[in-house]
Amino acid sequence: MKYAAKKLCTLIITLFIVSLLAFLAFQVIPGDPTTQMLGTEATEEARAALRAELGLDRPVHIRYFEWLSGFVRGDFGTSYSYRIPVSDMLADKLPITFILTIMSFAFTVILSIPLGILAGSARSKVMDVIITVIDQITMSIPAFFIGILACFIFGNIFALFVPGDFVSYKESWGACLGYMVLPALSIAIPRVAMTVRMLRSSILSESDKDYVRTAHSRGNHRRAIMVRHVLKNALIPVITFLAVSAAEIMTGSIIIEQVFTIPGISRLLLTSISGRDFPVVQAIVVIIAAWIVIVNFVADLLYQLVDPRIRLK
Amino acid sequence: MADILRVEDLRVHFKDAAPNRFAVDGVSFSIGEGEILGLVGESGSGKTVTAMSISGLLPRGKADVSGHITLDGSEILQCPEAELLDILGEELGIVFQEPMTSMNPVMKIGPQIEECLRVHTKMSKAQRKEFAIEAMMMAELDEPEKIYNRYPHELSGGMLQRAMIAAAIISRPKLLLADEPTTALDVTIQAEILQLLQRLNREYNMAILLISHNLHVVRKLCKRVAVMQRGKLIEDRPVDEIFNDPRHEYTQKLIAAIPTRDKKLY
Repeated sequence: MKYAAKKLCTLIITLFIVSLLAFLAFQVIPGDPTTQMLGTEATEEARAALRAELGLDRPVHIRYFEWLSGFVRGDFGTSYSYRIPVSDMLADKLPITFILTIMSFAFTVILSIPLGILAGSARSKVMDVIITVIDQITMSIPAFFIGILACFIFGNIFALFVPGDFVSYKESWGACLGYMVLPALSIAIPRVAMTVRMLRSSILSESDKDYVRTAHSRGNHRRAIMVRHVLKNALIPVITFLAVSAAEIMTGSIIIEQVFTIPGISRLLLTSISGRDFPVVQAIVVIIAAWIVIVNFVADLLYQLVDPRIRLK
Repeated sequence: MADILRVEDLRVHFKDAAPNRFAVDGVSFSIGEGEILGLVGESGSGKTVTAMSISGLLPRGKADVSGHITLDGSEILQCPEAELLDILGEELGIVFQEPMTSMNPVMKIGPQIEECLRVHTKMSKAQRKEFAIEAMMMAELDEPEKIYNRYPHELSGGMLQRAMIAAAIISRPKLLLADEPTTALDVTIQAEILQLLQRLNREYNMAILLISHNLHVVRKLCKRVAVMQRGKLIEDRPVDEIFNDPRHEYTQKLIAAIPTRDKKLY
């Protein structure tokens, strides 16, 4: 329990620092939002008036704490470009990106663990070469390219779905999730390949350990040794790896949304960056960071569940 | 005295070794019921490979093994894997050299001790625990209830080796194979573990094959000693005879290597 509390503290501190960096970065990066909003022809007075209206004339630290206290309450500020609350802009889009991210993550975990065990227990040379080659290939194809291929093959050739014909979860959960299977798989496949490779080498190195010989000496069948002894030990490094993947899966989702024309946060994020719409960008950055930090927190908890040696420290 | 273990003309050749280099070269010996046999020799003499052949732990496919090994009447060398697994942990208990690494680090001690029962019997969890506690008491582990729920990293080397012994004897095997069981331990704990093995042998009439490079350890425990050198068994006689009248030059050297009080080391 102490361990969890300690990790929770780290989580809060990390989020605080990330929010500070996200806020400060946009104070330092060149580019004035008022130029973007009023155009280059605007008079200095009009700009000053707008700056005052947006609150940009006040000192940085005051603005930061105002923004932070609003953020904690769910008020992400007002978009410079659209003059509507950022939370309203994100309300429709963020859940879609999260569904895609979580689905990709779930696919990664569900597919990679059994495949990793299979790869780790392959006993013939031929099998081993086949697995390594497939692994190598799938690992080196970027997710968006898999997405393009998937659109072409399943959309154009087999006509199993219409690319772009996205159904929101508000209308039908089934149709929404159905549409997301291919994009989620596109993100998951390279990740699965990497995780399988990781788990395989982890299993192979664990299999040489003394305790495996002990387990064998007690009459355990090979499969029982794998399930009861090797797997738990082999999963320890893989959990860390999966937690790290969570970040890349989220950013991967943002790219894949473009390929499958899913109305998540990707387009909003891109236009906000080029349009200097800082409140939107800041909010998205902090939300992505929060997701990553929370996943790592869960991984830390899992870690200590799996490995008793961590609990003592 | 009936033989518990009989090894006949055991020959082991590793596939990546030179064609005429046998790791074990025509070794034959037997262990009677309730007997302790010491198998000694330096590293590479083939004693561990012999032990691994007996326990079926030699990777099949990496080594050619010929000869016969019978444990209480059943042939282990040529039998199908399933039959071998039935014997392991049931009729043959094994204690390894490194207690620290021979235990699964992420599994509690209790479940590891009772694992033989989980594999070979249909006992309930509670029954298994009962037996595990009993085996831990046989292995002279204090506070077995507490240790049952501990993890390996929470115990000392000596306690872990006792736990390993408890795990090996839980189904009362007829033969206990102890491969350098005290080498990784402190000297004082070594003596305790040897006494424990001796007691188990006496009280439960458990035959023990003790493998060691340390003649001193063997002398304490065994009545009979077999000496191996370069894959061959060169002597197999009662321990006193070997110590008083070592026939083989190599045995003489081994005996001379034991440090004693009145012999200068350098």
